[in-house]
Amino acid sequence: MAELSANLLYASFVLYLVGTFFFGGAIKEKKGASEKQQNKWAMIAIYLTVLGFVSQLGYFITRWIASGHAPVSNLFEFTTFFGMMLIAAFILIYFIYKTPALGLFALPIALLIIAYASMFPREIAPLIPALQSDWLHIHVTTAATGQAVLAISFVAAILYLVKSVDQTQKSKKTAWLEVIMFTMVATLGFIIITSTFSAMDYKANFTWMNKYDKEDVFEYHLPALIGPHEGVLMTEGKLEPLVKMPAIIDANKANTVVWSLFSGIILYGLIRLIFRKRVAAIFKPLVKNVNLDLVDEISYRSILIGFPIFTLGALIFAMIWAQIAWTRFWGWDPKEVWALITWLFYAAFLHLRLSKGWHGEKSAWLAVVGFAIIMFNLIVVNLILAGLHSYA
Amino acid sequence: MKEVVKCECGHVNPHGTILCESCGRVLDETQKNSKMIDMRYEGSARRSQTYNKSMIDKIWNFFTSVKVGVSLIVILLIASSVGTIFPQEQYIPPTELPEVFYEAEYGFLGKLYYLLGFHNLYSSWWYLICIAMLGTSLLIASIDRVVPLYRSLKKQKIARHEGFLKKQRIFGITNTDKQASDFEEIKRSLESRRYKVKEENGNLLAEKGRFSRWGPYVNHAGLIIFLIGGMLRFLPGMYVDEVLWLREGETKEIPGTEGQYALKNNQFKVEVYDKENEEDQTFNAAIDKVGTIVKNYQADVTLYEKEGNSLPGEDATLKKIKDHAVKVNFPLKHDHYALYQVDYKLDELSEMSFNLMNKSTKETFGTMTISLDDPKTMYELKDGYSVELMSYFPDFEFDENQEPVTKSRIPNNPAFIFNMKTPDKPKGEVSFVAIQQTLEPLGENTYKMAFAGVDTRNVTALTVRKDLTLWIFFVGGGIFMIGVIQGAYWNHRRIWIQRKDGEIWLAGHTNKNWHGLKRDISMILEGTNLNEPEDQLEAKHIGEKEK
Amino acid sequence: MDKKQRRLIMRTSILVLLGAALVFSLYANFTKDKVAAVQKGDTARDFVLTDMDGNRHKLSDYKGQGVFLNFWGTWCKPCEYEMPFMDNQYQKYKDQGVQILAVNVGESDYSVKKFAEKHQLTFPIMIDNNNQVQTAYKVDPLPVTFLIDKDGRIVDTLTGSLSEESIQKHMERIKP
Repeated sequence: MAELSANLLYASFVLYLVGTFFFGGAIKEKKGASEKQQNKWAMIAIYLTVLGFVSQLGYFITRWIASGHAPVSNLFEFTTFFGMMLIAAFILIYFIYKTPALGLFALPIALLIIAYASMFPREIAPLIPALQSDWLHIHVTTAATGQAVLAISFVAAILYLVKSVDQTQKSKKTAWLEVIMFTMVATLGFIIITSTFSAMDYKANFTWMNKYDKEDVFEYHLPALIGPHEGVLMTEGKLEPLVKMPAIIDANKANTVVWSLFSGIILYGLIRLIFRKRVAAIFKPLVKNVNLDLVDEISYRSILIGFPIFTLGALIFAMIWAQIAWTRFWGWDPKEVWALITWLFYAAFLHLRLSKGWHGEKSAWLAVVGFAIIMFNLIVVNLILAGLHSYA
Repeated sequence: MKEVVKCECGHVNPHGTILCESCGRVLDETQKNSKMIDMRYEGSARRSQTYNKSMIDKIWNFFTSVKVGVSLIVILLIASSVGTIFPQEQYIPPTELPEVFYEAEYGFLGKLYYLLGFHNLYSSWWYLICIAMLGTSLLIASIDRVVPLYRSLKKQKIARHEGFLKKQRIFGITNTDKQASDFEEIKRSLESRRYKVKEENGNLLAEKGRFSRWGPYVNHAGLIIFLIGGMLRFLPGMYVDEVLWLREGETKEIPGTEGQYALKNNQFKVEVYDKENEEDQTFNAAIDKVGTIVKNYQADVTLYEKEGNSLPGEDATLKKIKDHAVKVNFPLKHDHYALYQVDYKLDELSEMSFNLMNKSTKETFGTMTISLDDPKTMYELKDGYSVELMSYFPDFEFDENQEPVTKSRIPNNPAFIFNMKTPDKPKGEVSFVAIQQTLEPLGENTYKMAFAGVDTRNVTALTVRKDLTLWIFFVGGGIFMIGVIQGAYWNHRRIWIQRKDGEIWLAGHTNKNWHGLKRDISMILEGTNLNEPEDQLEAKHIGEKEK
Repeated sequence: MDKKQRRLIMRTSILVLLGAALVFSLYANFTKDKVAAVQKGDTARDFVLTDMDGNRHKLSDYKGQGVFLNFWGTWCKPCEYEMPFMDNQYQKYKDQGVQILAVNVGESDYSVKKFAEKHQLTFPIMIDNNNQVQTAYKVDPLPVTFLIDKDGRIVDTLTGSLSEESIQKHMERIKP
């Protein structure tokens, strides 16, 4: 069952990948080409997406059967589920607005998320006592769904910005847009590097002195560019660290970050070198038929749909469960606080849009910031600001 | 000062009105030249804009501003994020002093964090004031807007002014000779799409989902109730937060219940996932990776209620109420109180056994078992053999004078001074015995106390909680959800249709989801001779682009 | 009443109400740690404990006398420090209507007896075996002393070790 589950996830990944190309085909057709032709590409693309979604749903169900609990209990499972719901939200929005261009951005982002998820340990793990509750399924799935729908607003916002930002001259806007593009490229870099070294089964052990002056051990899965405090390499034939960190910094995590940045810079540099254009400028011709008002509305609409779901899942259900499991419904745990921050941010967004008339580009930038907060809560809070939620 | 604005249609509007409440004529000069009108709050006069004289009015007006509201949200958002950089005081190890901990753990930044009071950010006065101001803004801004909005939606006339229609985002004119039949057709079609249609002199107003306009005010009300809940928690008697440490076999009064309830710990256990276990086989890979994974923390307890009016310290009669297995996620609930499994200690020593032994012959003269909670002074062994307990240190250490002392009352590291009385040494021999350690302070002994085993017990820690404010939070949260769904998942759509000599004018407005409104309109117009109206915003954008 | 005035009154009362709520919340937030403890001026909760000699001591039986109610543990150094002073003052004040009750927080008979013998304590010592009295008095750090006057009211709560001089001063405060 576990194997079937893994295969279904793999199949869905491939289907999304192929789907992306068909969405590309759907918008690449010249305006002159008949509607029918355009529709055919888009139709195949959305069929593939739905099929991929069904396959991923199969992964979800079979894994649930195999483990006996909803597979949302660690970072791999949660992030994969988030990617799946992103696809679901995209399908929903697609059937309302019929915009293939959205698929061209939504699918790759979902792919990145799912690939990123699989960098975490994938074994089926049992539930620790704190997670043994039906509220695990209820709270986590609703929160992830809310976040995924909110993420669609980011996808639409990217679409909006790629089209609306003037690429003929350098500006703050082009720079920020490149920052977004670089982040995605660096994520891809991280995935490539991590999976390459994990395929090679790279392991280097270090003993080091932690901040309490006690000897500790680190297992590196990437060659150590950055070594731990007074680290001594224990595995023969592996790279000696170039620099060593003070005890207060987790050198293993810092090393991963540096690797991602390096690989990101190299990949990004290569792309710039080949195309001789900003990355966002490469995409610009693809979106020339996009109706900006419609994309703006999609972005806003997905926030309107996602905000109540997010509130329900990430705050209300979360509070109910926290009252049951942790004796109090609110305890200012980092994850709780960042859910509140996300909520406050989107509340501010809605007020700015409703009362201050922040439409179009301003609203698109806000949607990008909102997604950054969601990702921060998913990645940084879990891996660095460890609190009660750091069960990954 | 002009207190009222009289519109040409005869309706008297409050000062500050942008669009006549009744016919929609543009009253504000600055709006007259724009291509489209601002429909927010129906162009009604917000109360705060009307008067601005006294101090009270000024404070009031400050809080009605959305700009102020959003600024407060942003301030709270940034402040909240600062509080997550390092753990809050409640999450640092309980044995650490915060003034030491932050600097030792996080260096200079940690020290700064502590000095600025960020280790207790969420209960700082300034954070509370920000929340209170946001609450004030929620309340006042809502009151200020909901009343005029209600008035203008209630008073809206079916026949709107020409300029009002022309300046709607969706607007179109069709020349038609089949006016009457098309009109009827549209009316029918609108009704079938569940629009509320009102007709007056050949003018039509179709409206749908007006109640979604109240969504924001409903959700704000929910939030205000939620904040009130947070405030009521401070009232005495509303909230209990205590911890009860309970050893196996022990019965103790439950703190926070004013002596009404007592609890007995029958057994505490920790279970782990077992690779041998059939059910847990699926998890083998994960178990191999991590080592051990805990499956269950469970305290089997019995809840008692005190009967009669016995005083503290008196042996009360306890009436058993129920047995319960307190597990994480499965608290014991009774009478507003809930007991949660939160911590534990395994294998605390409860009894120690020793054999009195002749050091050279290894012959023993009986076993004695010392209850570590209730040791005795004398232990009689075989005829003529006895052991006197001269001193007992439950949590032994040597103090600065190298004297044995006890650090606490808990038997973490018990030590004893024995006087072993035997027929050949009737005065006794003194021996100091601790774990893995024996001293003979008064010279070489013939006998010794040989360690013969221990008995242990587990200790559970339970949080005692009473929270009478929970239902208020629940109601507040529920109302918020209703309001936010009402506002987000429904749209207020209006379509105005007017017959003007040989032409049909059609204008549409929605508070959001223009795509949906346009789709509605195009379906309604299907089968009629009417042209699809233009989206003037899109036209404007295209126009700008072509320039 | 004209419209303007009505509006002013409405706005003023809402703002005053909100202001009051804020003041209350701030005040309550900063006193929340203290509320939990037993307050000065409260009536002392009655209790019954049996001392090491088997005599029952009921707090309310000491109405008309002052009671120096001390909670302590044998391992607690500051408790140990003040014990001899308490004993000296007990000898002086027991005939002047001030009683000392020293409640051990639930250690073994053995430890308490040894401790009393070591310091030759003469005032009544009792063991609160199942924590009921400690819970009623919300005793947390040791030692803590409650000064109870002849009417059974708590005059003061003293945490930490006391010098002989200050014990004497406190005895004077509750002398009937």
